[in-house]
Amino acid sequence: MTDARQWLGRYGEDRACEYLVGQGYQILDRNWRYREGELDIVCVQRGTLVFVEVKTRTSLATGSPFDAITKTKLARLRRLAASWCANRQVSNSQVRFDAIGVLVRGGRVTIEHLKQVL
Amino acid sequence: MSLAKTFSVGLYGLSGTVIEVETDISSQLPSFTLVGLPDASLSEATARVRAACTNSGFGFPSKKVVVNLSPAAVPKSGSAFDLAIATSILAAMEVVPKQPLERLCIIGELGLDGSLRQVPGVLPMVMHARQSGFTGVVCPLGNLSEAGMVDGIQVLGAANLRSIVDWLNDRGVLEEPLQLSDLNPSTPSPLDLAQVIGQNQAVEGLIVAAAGGHHIAMVGAPGAGKTMLAERLPSILPALSTEQALEVAAIESIAGNGQAALNLDTTPRFQAPHHSSSTAALIGGGTGMPRPGAVSKAHHGVLFLDEALEFHGHSLDSLREPLESGKVLINRSGGSATFPARFQLVLAANPCPCGLSGLADRDCTCSAMAIRRYTNRLSGPVLDRIDIRLAIKPVSLGANLGLFDTGPSSAEALARVVRAREGAVERLAGFGYRLNSEVPGPVLRGRLGIGAKALKDLDRMLMAGKTSMRGYDRCLRLAWTIADLEGVKQPGPDQVRIAVALRGTDNLLGA
Repeated sequence: MTDARQWLGRYGEDRACEYLVGQGYQILDRNWRYREGELDIVCVQRGTLVFVEVKTRTSLATGSPFDAITKTKLARLRRLAASWCANRQVSNSQVRFDAIGVLVRGGRVTIEHLKQVL
Repeated sequence: MSLAKTFSVGLYGLSGTVIEVETDISSQLPSFTLVGLPDASLSEATARVRAACTNSGFGFPSKKVVVNLSPAAVPKSGSAFDLAIATSILAAMEVVPKQPLERLCIIGELGLDGSLRQVPGVLPMVMHARQSGFTGVVCPLGNLSEAGMVDGIQVLGAANLRSIVDWLNDRGVLEEPLQLSDLNPSTPSPLDLAQVIGQNQAVEGLIVAAAGGHHIAMVGAPGAGKTMLAERLPSILPALSTEQALEVAAIESIAGNGQAALNLDTTPRFQAPHHSSSTAALIGGGTGMPRPGAVSKAHHGVLFLDEALEFHGHSLDSLREPLESGKVLINRSGGSATFPARFQLVLAANPCPCGLSGLADRDCTCSAMAIRRYTNRLSGPVLDRIDIRLAIKPVSLGANLGLFDTGPSSAEALARVVRAREGAVERLAGFGYRLNSEVPGPVLRGRLGIGAKALKDLDRMLMAGKTSMRGYDRCLRLAWTIADLEGVKQPGPDQVRIAVALRGTDNLLGA
């Protein structure tokens, strides 16, 4: 992965975090890496544990950011979430999976938040 | 931006079902799901609709799109729902207003560029839409003339998805069908009865068959002119009524022979399936949803089975139900369908496998066993329904040199047929029949009974066991048709005698 793209991903995730905090979420973890991949953001809101996949785009030429979230990726997200819970010894908690699309275009950042995508 | 609904028609045989196409767009990860029992060809609509919407410049929502075809339990197939699906999605996207879609029936297949392609079965679909109370139909331009045959519903044709969107937004107009000036019969057929020479007797038999709607069998050596005669039968049949022509056009629309009819064709159809035809080709069938076969394509026309004895036995036997009831019910995994099949049957056969039996100057080489096997292929129940059996003799040299008179032209014969049919309709009006061939035996012998003097010959034949009771009734039917042709009030001894001759023997080959 090139530096520019790495930077963009990082930038998008930062914006998503700011947005989530603004919405009253408490960030528990970011870029949690485990065997097969990475959880972008783990946060909690009113007792519900939320795993967030963030996609950042600079144009809509290849479709919306959400178009990049495939079934395989969602399945991996689910497995990673289970690993995270086991690792942190969290149980008996409400869990939700969200997707956040960040569009960075012409100096403007648009954030779209889809809840309960799985 | 969420919910919208359009309407289309699904066909099951000739009957239709109104299909509601509902679209729900929700904020979720992008997906496009089509539910409501679509088959493989219909599931592919998702790809066509997505591409057509995008390439027409409307975009496609990056959201969760669910399209439901209701009633959900009815299996659906084919590409004719494409346009209704696309319009439903565009309405949910608020690209088009929802209100005009409420009484509009939408039919058509989409190309990837958003162009509209014609689909089979539009005529019966539009008929059903009118019956279901829709005020308008939008269909592809290629189907417009066909759809325009239906009165009492506004029919519009569109070239592509964009033109429909413009029309729904009051920014453009769609094509209207050309006004049908009248029922123009199509170009006259080059086949004329006058071209048949030296077969005057057979020609008269053919005219009787046309006048009374009698099924007919012709037996004769190869080259005697059986096919030539049969091909000219439609030319001496009266033109179809508007109602009949619409029925025939609806069947042809489903059969999807791809020819866009410009006008309602009122000529009786002629179907001549090859003797290797399968039962499904003959009576209808196919995988999934049944499709009409030759018997239905010959509805209100002529079904000609050349080399009738070469057909598979079970194919010939499958003709029994349509011959009896005038329709066929076909069941397949995809559903069952009833198609009308009221045709006039014309059989042609050689007298034996080698075809030479009965010729003066040639010897038949078939064994007795071979001939028996050959003639047994036509089962009694089918044979029973054939009123006229003509033995076609090869034309002798004299006829070719013009020593014999040529027969009447098709126009002359048709005039006689029409007059005779008018007489029959008048007489049979009180009984609920139109043709002599439809009248059952008890009526012929009862209320339509004719004088004992006329029946003397026939009665004697029955006594002597030379004819069966069924053969007796058939002779009566023929006698009535002959009387109608001759303009006599009631068949007399002469007409009965001709009828007996036309009826021939109970055995097809005259043995």
